[in-house]
Amino acid sequence: MSTLTPQPVLLGRSGLVFLGVVLGAAVLVPLLNLATSPDSALHVPTYVVSLLGKYLTYALLALSVDLIWGYVGILSLGHGAFFALGGYAMGMYLMRQIGPRGVYGDPVLPDFMVFLNWKELPWFWHGFDLFPFAALMVLLAPGILALVFGWFAFRSRVTGVYLSIITQAMTFALLLAFFRNDMGFGGNNGLTDFKDILGFNIQADGTRLVLFVLSALALALGYVLCRFLVRSHFGKVLIAIRDAETRVRFTGYRAENYKLVAFVVSAMLAGIAGALYVPQVGIINPGEFSPANSIEIIVWVAVGGRGTLIGAALGAVLVNYAKTYFTSGLLAPYWLFMLGGLFVAVTLFLPKGIVGTFYEWRDRRASATPADGGLPEPKPAE
Amino acid sequence: MISRGLLRRLGGVLFLALGLLTAAATLPRPALAQGAAPDISAPLAQLATDKYDDTEAALGALSVSGSPAAAGIVAALADGRLMYSPATKQVLIKTPEGGLTDAATGQPVAEAPPGLKAVRVNNRIRRAIEAASGTLALVDADPAKRLAAASAVMRSRDEAALPALDAALAKESDARVKSALTLARASILIGKAGVPDAERIAAIATVGGEGNQDALAVLRSVPADASPAVKQAAQGAIAGIERSLAIWAVGQNVWYGVSLGSVLLLAAIGLAITFGVMGVINMAHGEMVMLGAYVTFVVQEAIRTYNPALFDASLLIAIPVAFLFTGLIGVVIERTVIRFLYGRALETLLATWGISLILQQAIRTMFGPTNREVGAPSWMSGAFELGQLSITYGRLWIIVFAMLVFVALLATLRLTRIGLEMRAVTQNRRMAASMGIRTNWVDAMTFGLGSGIAGIAGVALSQIDNVSPNLGQSYIIDSFLVVVFGGVGNLWGTLVGAMSLGIANKMLEPYAGAVLGKIALLVIVILFIQKRPRGLFALKGRAIEA
Amino acid sequence: MSAADTLEPESAPVEAIARKDLTEALLYLDGVTVTFDGFRALNALSFTVDPGEMRAIIGPNGAGKTTMMDCITGKTRPDKGDVFFNGGTTDLTKLDETQIATLGIGRKFQKPTVFESHTVLDNLRLALKGQRGALANIFKRETAAEREKIDAIFETIKLSEHRHRMGGDLSHGQKQWLEIGMLLAQDPKLLLVDEPVAGMTDAETAQTAELLREINANGHSVVVVEHDMTFVRDLGVRVMCLHEGAVLAEGTLDQVSANERVIEVYLGR
Repeated sequence: MSTLTPQPVLLGRSGLVFLGVVLGAAVLVPLLNLATSPDSALHVPTYVVSLLGKYLTYALLALSVDLIWGYVGILSLGHGAFFALGGYAMGMYLMRQIGPRGVYGDPVLPDFMVFLNWKELPWFWHGFDLFPFAALMVLLAPGILALVFGWFAFRSRVTGVYLSIITQAMTFALLLAFFRNDMGFGGNNGLTDFKDILGFNIQADGTRLVLFVLSALALALGYVLCRFLVRSHFGKVLIAIRDAETRVRFTGYRAENYKLVAFVVSAMLAGIAGALYVPQVGIINPGEFSPANSIEIIVWVAVGGRGTLIGAALGAVLVNYAKTYFTSGLLAPYWLFMLGGLFVAVTLFLPKGIVGTFYEWRDRRASATPADGGLPEPKPAE
Repeated sequence: MISRGLLRRLGGVLFLALGLLTAAATLPRPALAQGAAPDISAPLAQLATDKYDDTEAALGALSVSGSPAAAGIVAALADGRLMYSPATKQVLIKTPEGGLTDAATGQPVAEAPPGLKAVRVNNRIRRAIEAASGTLALVDADPAKRLAAASAVMRSRDEAALPALDAALAKESDARVKSALTLARASILIGKAGVPDAERIAAIATVGGEGNQDALAVLRSVPADASPAVKQAAQGAIAGIERSLAIWAVGQNVWYGVSLGSVLLLAAIGLAITFGVMGVINMAHGEMVMLGAYVTFVVQEAIRTYNPALFDASLLIAIPVAFLFTGLIGVVIERTVIRFLYGRALETLLATWGISLILQQAIRTMFGPTNREVGAPSWMSGAFELGQLSITYGRLWIIVFAMLVFVALLATLRLTRIGLEMRAVTQNRRMAASMGIRTNWVDAMTFGLGSGIAGIAGVALSQIDNVSPNLGQSYIIDSFLVVVFGGVGNLWGTLVGAMSLGIANKMLEPYAGAVLGKIALLVIVILFIQKRPRGLFALKGRAIEA
Repeated sequence: MSAADTLEPESAPVEAIARKDLTEALLYLDGVTVTFDGFRALNALSFTVDPGEMRAIIGPNGAGKTTMMDCITGKTRPDKGDVFFNGGTTDLTKLDETQIATLGIGRKFQKPTVFESHTVLDNLRLALKGQRGALANIFKRETAAEREKIDAIFETIKLSEHRHRMGGDLSHGQKQWLEIGMLLAQDPKLLLVDEPVAGMTDAETAQTAELLREINANGHSVVVVEHDMTFVRDLGVRVMCLHEGAVLAEGTLDQVSANERVIEVYLGR
């Protein structure tokens, strides 16, 4: 944000720290995995690498939600759908890679289609044997859905709670649709039993390390992209829309187009996150569309601090780390109490989230010379 | 629900057992009416030869003999209890108890003739037995059995039954049975070769008057070589029946739709208060419904333990308990969390979602994750027919209950002091406060009311859904859609919204299937909200605008 | 097709005059009627604003002043009547807010509305006439000419030393000025200014009147809605009194305030 002197700085100090941490992890984690002996205290086992990789994809997903919630005030309760669509696009590629190695040994048809007695590959499965096509679909499937949905919603000025509720209805409809076997996406079981990706064994340690590094890079690039967007003139209009949409219209901007661009970009980021998530967890099923998942993303962002980007990523990692930690031990039955309590506590006591509260504290301490290219204070969109 | 399924199955078994008992009881009865009994010695003689051709001929003769003993003989043959003595050519019936009676007279026979053998039965004879017992049932003493037999003949359209039908028609005095017999006769005539056109067209008219599936099947059986006039008459009648059936089908769907709409109304109406009136995006609403269902479970358990006689009243007892319990929980939530979040609608969403997780987990911890059984009182089970509609008491009561809750809520808001204060606070909080209304208290009461209503809904929904910790989750999205679709802040909108969504859903189902229908409905609602962002009945004043 | 063709036929004698007005007027309202749930907010309201003119509009609460602005800026569609801009070349009833703003009609709201989490400088940057497309603005860079224009506006609205403060941190009066500054940045042909001096001190009120006169002198047409009679007198322009959605009286402030019907409306007899 422009402070005393106009600052064309793209990242600012906290942004650099954040990038440093993410990229540092991208180097350090594989290093600790490969260069240390399994007995060493510093050794990072491969399963932990994949777990961390999963967190990073969640962080990217949270970033995509923060872009529209924190900066445009669109509370999407359906962002899990975009994540899942990206994941399905990647899953379809991985299914096609199985080839004749499936249980039924059909050279083309995935197992579930053989099981359903299908004779031919449905038209929308064509092309997914080619990675570039699948990669394109990772962007296009969520992007086009967001474009169509957003075009209708923003043009007719559906805002606030109403928008939230129809995004929830959207992901719910997709959930029901993907549960159907007839849809051709594996129904209830989804897509799984993947063998390899781009010719590399998906279970191999090396592949898992590369996927982790790619997730870290995607998060870093996603952060830079979001940061660039929200600091551009375009981004200033977004924030203006969040705070006073009517004023923006009377100033001559087509608010709906700005929202649409942000929404589509956000959906595509979520799709990329989904595409990186699927090979690391080895499965994608309709459960990813469930409205509860989408709401959980909102909590990650709220915990970290909406409208701060870094906070969203941080919140995603923290909450998911806590989830892994607590759902595996003696405390497992109490995890939902904790998650629920976290929702309540954050909204009541930490409305700006961790990073937002930190920024506020730092700005107050240094109010004479606001440092850094810190972000505009996140304001509730209501 | 398991329990109701079980009950129903038990009922079925009981019914069957009862039927067998009565059947057994009626068997020896022909013995009483032997005075003017027609002579059946010829068919009996044929039976005693034990040749399939003779047995079949005997069955045909028996079925039209008018003898009161005929039914018992045919039944015995079917069961393999019809015996004959090759030596004496005597025909006897072995009773289920092991005794012997004379087939013609029904008198017990003290001493069995030597070399007694069962009359043999093969598949051809079995078919003949069926036809004979059908024909015999036409003249059974029990009108219900005669009616069933007439319907069976209508479905089978067995030309051989025509003489028996004519005979039965001549004797019949019961009007309903008579019309069923006429119908059965007409059904046979339509398909029978060599019937004069006029008679056939009259038959078509008779069958056409009966607008159901069976009649349709009969009318479609008009032979290909029938005269054009007959065919035309049949086609006209078919079209007429199809029209009326289509209307009934629509009626049935509307009924299912109203039933679903009532469920949606029950689920959504509490939300219409907490979300619609107060602007709290209450994601814990579904859990209030769930709590209500668990209250029902607990109340029933207590009744089962302490006073099983009260079981039929368990739901009535659960209603106030659920209202007070969930209402109290609602007040606690409002006082501890919600009141700090007024004016921050989207944040109430997060906090209440957290509360919903906590409530779910609490119930899971206390009652376990599996479904709990909530029984149905006797007055909720069963069904009746209304024209071509089948109406179950369970659905009917839920519709009635939903309407009662709606009216009660409307009356509370319109007619009571607290309702007045609620409306005042909704419209202008500061003005209300300055007039001495305790707005804090009103907020708590309003949220408590909405939660309490949700609890009541849970009592009703415990009858149609699995009572599990996840119960609420399945209603929350639908509830929000109903409230938003109907127009936030408007109870009538919620009613109309629930009914239209319920009926639309059931209308779509026959074409699209349950899941696709639901998806289509979601898409329709999404598009509708684009068109009218404020719902069907937009309300001016305090808007839920985030 | 001339827009005048759409005039109601029964007003034939008036039509000649109307036609002349239409082609000359910057803003032209004729027979504009708006009804909300049976309540007539505007009742066949007709008036014109000439290019370069400043006009003050007064009227009691509920006279329809804000609804009138809503009709001009596309927020509300009139049930009946015509709203034309630019000598009758543009039918405003067919356009939405954004299109109307781009045409050159700027609006200041009754409640000052600035972008609170942007700096004063960014507020002006956002308002500055120029590229409005979403994609193009991702890569937009500020030009020297734009910077100069913004500096000039800062001079006019006297907020230079506040340029790096957040919009939300400004005082009420400063927000009003910032909003006027944002209007200037849009460089509209016509400014619609709704109650610019509400909540201002006397000194600020006088300064605002000065500011508006200056804006008007620079070639912008201005329509001001205001209750404050001292302020309206300071403006020294033609005054129009609205009542129940129609023009009650028009003329100099003295003429209007001497009008018996105006007195009746204001004093309630």
